[in-house]
Amino acid sequence: MAIFSIPNVRFAGIASAVPKKEVSNLDYKWVSTKDREMLVKTVGVENRRVAEPGTATSDLCVAAADKLIQELGWNRNEIELLIFISQSRDYIIPSTSGIIQDRLGLPHSCVAYDIGLGCSGWVYGVSAMASMMYASKIKKGLLLVGDISTLTASYRDKSTYPLFGDAATATAFELDENASPIHFNLESDGSGYDAIIIPDGGMRNFISKKSFDYKKHGEGIYRNRLQIALNGIEVFNFALREVTPNMKRLLQELSKSTADFDYFVFHQANLLMNETIRKMMKLEKEKVPYTIRKFGNTSSASIPLTITTQLKDSISNGKARLFTCGFGVGLSWGSVAIEADHIVCPDLIEY
Amino acid sequence: MTIEDFIKNIETEFDDLEPGKLKPETHFREVFDWNSINALILIAMVKTEYGAAINAEDIQKSKSINDLFEIVKSKV
Repeated sequence: MAIFSIPNVRFAGIASAVPKKEVSNLDYKWVSTKDREMLVKTVGVENRRVAEPGTATSDLCVAAADKLIQELGWNRNEIELLIFISQSRDYIIPSTSGIIQDRLGLPHSCVAYDIGLGCSGWVYGVSAMASMMYASKIKKGLLLVGDISTLTASYRDKSTYPLFGDAATATAFELDENASPIHFNLESDGSGYDAIIIPDGGMRNFISKKSFDYKKHGEGIYRNRLQIALNGIEVFNFALREVTPNMKRLLQELSKSTADFDYFVFHQANLLMNETIRKMMKLEKEKVPYTIRKFGNTSSASIPLTITTQLKDSISNGKARLFTCGFGVGLSWGSVAIEADHIVCPDLIEY
Repeated sequence: MTIEDFIKNIETEFDDLEPGKLKPETHFREVFDWNSINALILIAMVKTEYGAAINAEDIQKSKSINDLFEIVKSKV
């Protein structure tokens, strides 16, 4: 079982960037007024940020990372680890991490690589950063996590289009003997790989003329094979089945209860799903911050975006004990228990 | 668990539903403007109130509130 702890790595800072352009689901004319109200009330998404065509995930990541490095006062030559996590990379080839390493002016001695994960991206990313820094003794590392999901959602697909928003984030880590350990419980189940999928464009189903054909998949659901498909009920049942046991197992391993944490930051899947998980874990509303109403489901960026925009005061002026949990596409899920003790948190960047 | 409580729990979740309108024999697709979001609301209610997991197939094969109630009861 992948339950483990990594010492000596300090959570040093976090920053987020979103596109300037904001759209409201109340203006989503593909569905009825009543459906639009339901999107806001039940799914929980009112507004979303949408990247202009041509803006890539790396642009948002670089904006967030630049500001974060400045506010941290870091020497760029000391940043020797960069991990980029996304499902909307700049190119099929090459990896995006190298492009970001260059644009940020990081040294050639920097280890840079991509990881392809979505909803669980940040929690998996923290584990990769902490493990590698602890093993390699690299002093400073940047975790860049985000997605531009709106480009691959079909306007005529009411099950995906009104759900997603774009955002990207940067999280900074430093090697520090006095840091509290970070604790993880990570899990995977690839039998559900097609619950959230873009079927064409990879090597299994290489792009072809047929990839562009729109098909009806249900009432109000038309998309082609280069656009994202989401089996809402399957994902919902997966999350209700797996998320709370994962969190409870980590709490049990740490001999802690939910009262030992200040905030529970969840992937912003949809309001109904998150509220159901909150109730199953018996968590007070005040302990569970949300960004879904303002920014939608921001895929891999959802947890760091929520920390940056909702918990800025607690993490920059004090110490907050955070319990975070990401779950979704893969299927992949996991929890991270991490302390944010007077960390650097620039204001949200609008790109 | 009783069918009366089950109906009450559904009424709590769907607030545009007139109290007393749902009966055990009511075909729920005729009362609701049925869509996948409503299915999720139902799944979430069953999970939080009864700790049971119902899936899309369970909902599809149920016609009346009572059909659904029996499925939930068998899973508790």
